[in-house]
Amino acid sequence: MHSVLTRPGTGLADLLLRLAGILVALILSALILLIAGTSPLDAFNLLFTGAFGSSTKLAYVITAWVPVLLCCAGLLITFSAGLWNIGVEGQIIMGAVFATWLMRVLGDPLPAGIVLPLAALAGLAGGGVWGVLTGMLKLYGNVNEIFGGLGLNFIASSLTVYLVLGPWKRPGIGSTSGTQPFPPALWLPSFEGFNVSPVEILLGLTAVALIAVMLRGTYFGLRLKAIGKNMRAAFLMGIPTSQHLLAAFALCGAFAGLAGWVLVVGASSRHNLFPLISSGYGFLAILVVLLANLSAIWSVPISFFFAAIGIGSLQLALQRQLDSSLGGVIQGLLVLSILVTQGIRNRLLKRGD
Amino acid sequence: MEIVTLIASILTASPPVIFAVLGETISEKGGVINLSLDGSILLTAMVAFVVALKTDNVIAGLMAAMVTGALIALIIALVSLTLRQAQVATGFVLALLCRDLAYVLGNPYAHVPGPQIPHTPLGGLSAVPVVGPILFDQDPLVYLSMAAVVVIWIYMYWTRPGLELQGLGERPAAAYARGVNVTLMRYVYTLIGGALVGLGGASFSLLVKPGWARPYGVEGTGWIALSIVIFGGWRPLRAATGAYFFVALQTLANTFQSAMPSVPTQVFPTLPFPLMILTLVLVTIGNADWMNRVLRFLPARLQRFTLRTLRALQASPPAALGTAFEKE
Amino acid sequence: MKVELRDIHKRFGSVQANDGVSLCIEPGTIYGLLGENGAGKSTLMKILSGFISADSGEILLDGKQVRISSPAEAIKLGVGMLHQDPLDFPPLRVLDDFVLGSPGSWLLSRRRARRELQELASQFHFNLDPEATVSSLSIGERQQLEIVRLLWLGAKVLILDEPTTAISAQQRAKLFAALRKLAKQGQTIIFVSHKLEEVEQICSEVLVLARGRVTGQVAMPFPTEGLVRMMFGQPVMLGKRLDVPLGRPLLELEDVGVSPPQAGRLAVKNLSLAVREGEVIGLAGLEGSGQRLLLEVSAGLIRPTMGKVLLGGRDMTGRPYREFLEAGVAHLPAGRLEEGLIAGMTLTEHVALVERRQPFLVNWEVAAQAAVSRIQEFNIKGRPTTRVEELSGGNQQRALLGLLPPQLKLLLMEHPTRGLDIESSEYIWGLLLNRTLLGTAIIFSSSDLDELLDRSDRILVFFNGSLVSALDARQATVEQLGELIGGKGVA
Repeated sequence: MHSVLTRPGTGLADLLLRLAGILVALILSALILLIAGTSPLDAFNLLFTGAFGSSTKLAYVITAWVPVLLCCAGLLITFSAGLWNIGVEGQIIMGAVFATWLMRVLGDPLPAGIVLPLAALAGLAGGGVWGVLTGMLKLYGNVNEIFGGLGLNFIASSLTVYLVLGPWKRPGIGSTSGTQPFPPALWLPSFEGFNVSPVEILLGLTAVALIAVMLRGTYFGLRLKAIGKNMRAAFLMGIPTSQHLLAAFALCGAFAGLAGWVLVVGASSRHNLFPLISSGYGFLAILVVLLANLSAIWSVPISFFFAAIGIGSLQLALQRQLDSSLGGVIQGLLVLSILVTQGIRNRLLKRGD
Repeated sequence: MEIVTLIASILTASPPVIFAVLGETISEKGGVINLSLDGSILLTAMVAFVVALKTDNVIAGLMAAMVTGALIALIIALVSLTLRQAQVATGFVLALLCRDLAYVLGNPYAHVPGPQIPHTPLGGLSAVPVVGPILFDQDPLVYLSMAAVVVIWIYMYWTRPGLELQGLGERPAAAYARGVNVTLMRYVYTLIGGALVGLGGASFSLLVKPGWARPYGVEGTGWIALSIVIFGGWRPLRAATGAYFFVALQTLANTFQSAMPSVPTQVFPTLPFPLMILTLVLVTIGNADWMNRVLRFLPARLQRFTLRTLRALQASPPAALGTAFEKE
Repeated sequence: MKVELRDIHKRFGSVQANDGVSLCIEPGTIYGLLGENGAGKSTLMKILSGFISADSGEILLDGKQVRISSPAEAIKLGVGMLHQDPLDFPPLRVLDDFVLGSPGSWLLSRRRARRELQELASQFHFNLDPEATVSSLSIGERQQLEIVRLLWLGAKVLILDEPTTAISAQQRAKLFAALRKLAKQGQTIIFVSHKLEEVEQICSEVLVLARGRVTGQVAMPFPTEGLVRMMFGQPVMLGKRLDVPLGRPLLELEDVGVSPPQAGRLAVKNLSLAVREGEVIGLAGLEGSGQRLLLEVSAGLIRPTMGKVLLGGRDMTGRPYREFLEAGVAHLPAGRLEEGLIAGMTLTEHVALVERRQPFLVNWEVAAQAAVSRIQEFNIKGRPTTRVEELSGGNQQRALLGLLPPQLKLLLMEHPTRGLDIESSEYIWGLLLNRTLLGTAIIFSSSDLDELLDRSDRILVFFNGSLVSALDARQATVEQLGELIGGKGVA
């Protein structure tokens, strides 16, 4: 697949155009709210307080932010190589599965200080393997990574259901609420009174920073970019394209798997494995990266903003009988509007030629 | 008798997937991928149900769903044909957006009983042994879906405009040279495709899976439909075969499950997805370089058989799928 | 139908493709349009056939002024164009391709169309199987289909754009016979070409274009040198030939057979060849006759199905492409922007990609400096921050050469100067010949006979997948080469 997106502009006109797009998205969201029977101002207010109203809520936002950040880091790699890694959700899940497995096996005998990092590695491995599977399906089976990724997503999710209701079920009755939660010793340490783990935040931000450096400052990143823009020419230049594509999938999967680990051991998590543990964070990260136009720097605030919308929308469900998917609607409208304004800008540019 | 009831029930459950697959085939034949299928189906299903409920009129529900499906397709067409943005990106975002919209707007109507399409046996014909109960003892949407397969097939291969559709997605430059208004026709076919998808969604909430819920239960069907289009080689008859096959699998899942209680319950609902991957692999693997090398190791007769089967399964997309067309 | 063009102007950016071109053709004429690549012939014909519109000027058909705003309108007015790569639909069947776009009722009447297709085809002794797929036809047959289709739609003016580039001698004979018959029937034929011999063979009148202007309008027969002078401005002189001492054998192909990866290309068989250091080998032949396969198999991009490939005595048959690169082989594809360079990346980025100094991190300053030095060395009109798609064709080719490693054993190039003006071509060949002085062997394919004769030491002529002849370039003539390419003199 060729470049995912067109180049953004940097002038004042572009900025205004983008702001206009955001405004349109907000107006449309307000319209939807009206149709759904609520006052938009009321709803936006609830969203805001739902995300930032108290320190607990802020903690939730930060906790939701981290997995998205990690996935963004991974997706920046695959997008750079021209790939649509829709399989990111399954990679999160497999990371969580592998991490859970390791903690169940080694949680008792070994001290937490060793188990937790090992589980992180297991998560990396699980997600990485799942990513490589998608890559191999693409390279050797000629299956477009969108469909390969989707299929693997569903398989990962079903595997989780099987584990949660079967071999790993809670003593007593197995239920889809998940496995037996891990003891507090196996939780990531968090601040007193502010249920956020500094380890998570550091991990997320470091990941994005690392990827930004890698993409712009290393040969590997440059070669990925070349592959993403013209795979044939990159191959003729001597770049081993298959290896690089598989590496991209593996890396993205690894970061997603790490996000899976965070979702199991993180501060505000449920500390167990349950079906749909990925909670759509992977897809959300795709939206974030699209909105950020593949910029690592912009991914950081945008993912925070989207996490806030996501957490805030839970309040809407609790207090106004609105479906929490409203957050998803706002996020989707924002990305769509940017795609549209980008297109308008390119059309206008062409006319001016 | 068992078999007859089984086939009849497969047909009864088929309209949503048939319409969605036919619609997407038309759209992609013209060169536009509508990746929003999964979300479109959900949104149009919700719209069909709510409108039918509010107006107490099933037809209104169907119409509303078709309009919604066409509108979603219009957005994709606008953004990709006129604004030249990536079709895949737009489609993906819409897939998520439409699903979320369906959940938000449909919330008050979850688990609410509502109107359904009535069962309409076709008089004397339904009494014919074997064929009768299968083909003529169904609902109007089933008849419509079967007719749609035939009509679209005839259109594509036996009419002039249908021939132009084939050329459109294949080589728009040549179609333009022959007087086809490429951009306009792409819009038209994308919209028609979207309307058919809407009909598919309506077939869920007004027929096969009446009502609305969150989650609705058919999440994932759209993605499977997209892969059935590929498996179908962008040809209506073959795509319909794939669709019926998939619906049969789903219908049989329960039967298989009770026949094999030891298998965990998650296996059968998940089965479509690895099967989907497998079929996609089969459909393009004939081309792979390493495949040809492996085949050389097989004894000659087996080699020829394999090659012939692979070649028959081969599907290649319309060459201009996903690209924009510029006149100069 | 009488065709008249008056004072046609068309500009593309800074290039004046057509600068006040006028012509007048009587019905029943086979009218030649001669000119070099880039002289403006294609642009003019695209205007006449409705693909683009002129900036100014008039078109008159049978004395009446017309506006042709689309190809469909053109055919309605009776003007049909046969493109070099016919605009047909590969997966469709011949009959369906024939019918697509024709006016008529909604329901297709394949029976009637089949009859008419066969009638028309037999008039010209074309053998077209209505049920075959278009992709299985050779280019010559696809042309025949398109001609028959245009005639069926009522074309009275038939424009053929470089029709003989990739067809066999037999098909060319059939084509010419068909054209003569059509002209006798009163059709107007416009034959666009840069091949002197063919224009001399079939056209009764010729218009010569050079750099967008008409440099001559003559009746045939007309002395060749005169035509050449009108095309090029002066008689073409043979370029200076460097006398490079040839070294040891570098590339040896022993009885190599190659199967093409896609359908529509001929396989190559029994290829044996030895290329020495410093030697320049030109590959001649119609497109798809096997030259590209030779280049690709020598580069390690395709495995041979038979035979051996040796580099410097070492057996490289079946080794991966990477090893060929490490052994000092470089392959420059014909599509500069499609396969050679990466659109969207700057010159600096390209230089960084090929010049890998440190293991991990890219030092962008160093890369930019390296880019500057390469820009200067290869005289590329661009800056380190220029994206390669913004460079002109000539500069893109220089960039491609500038990205090659300094030490090369074997350089394989497809159409190195295609689409370039004379100045760029000269410069590029200067760079290439410098390499031969260092011992690099060059194998290149080209459809420019003069280039082949001027630059090669040996010319290998391909026809139908076999190497049919090896000529000493110093002694061969244009006529000899042309005949061999067209398959004449082949047993």
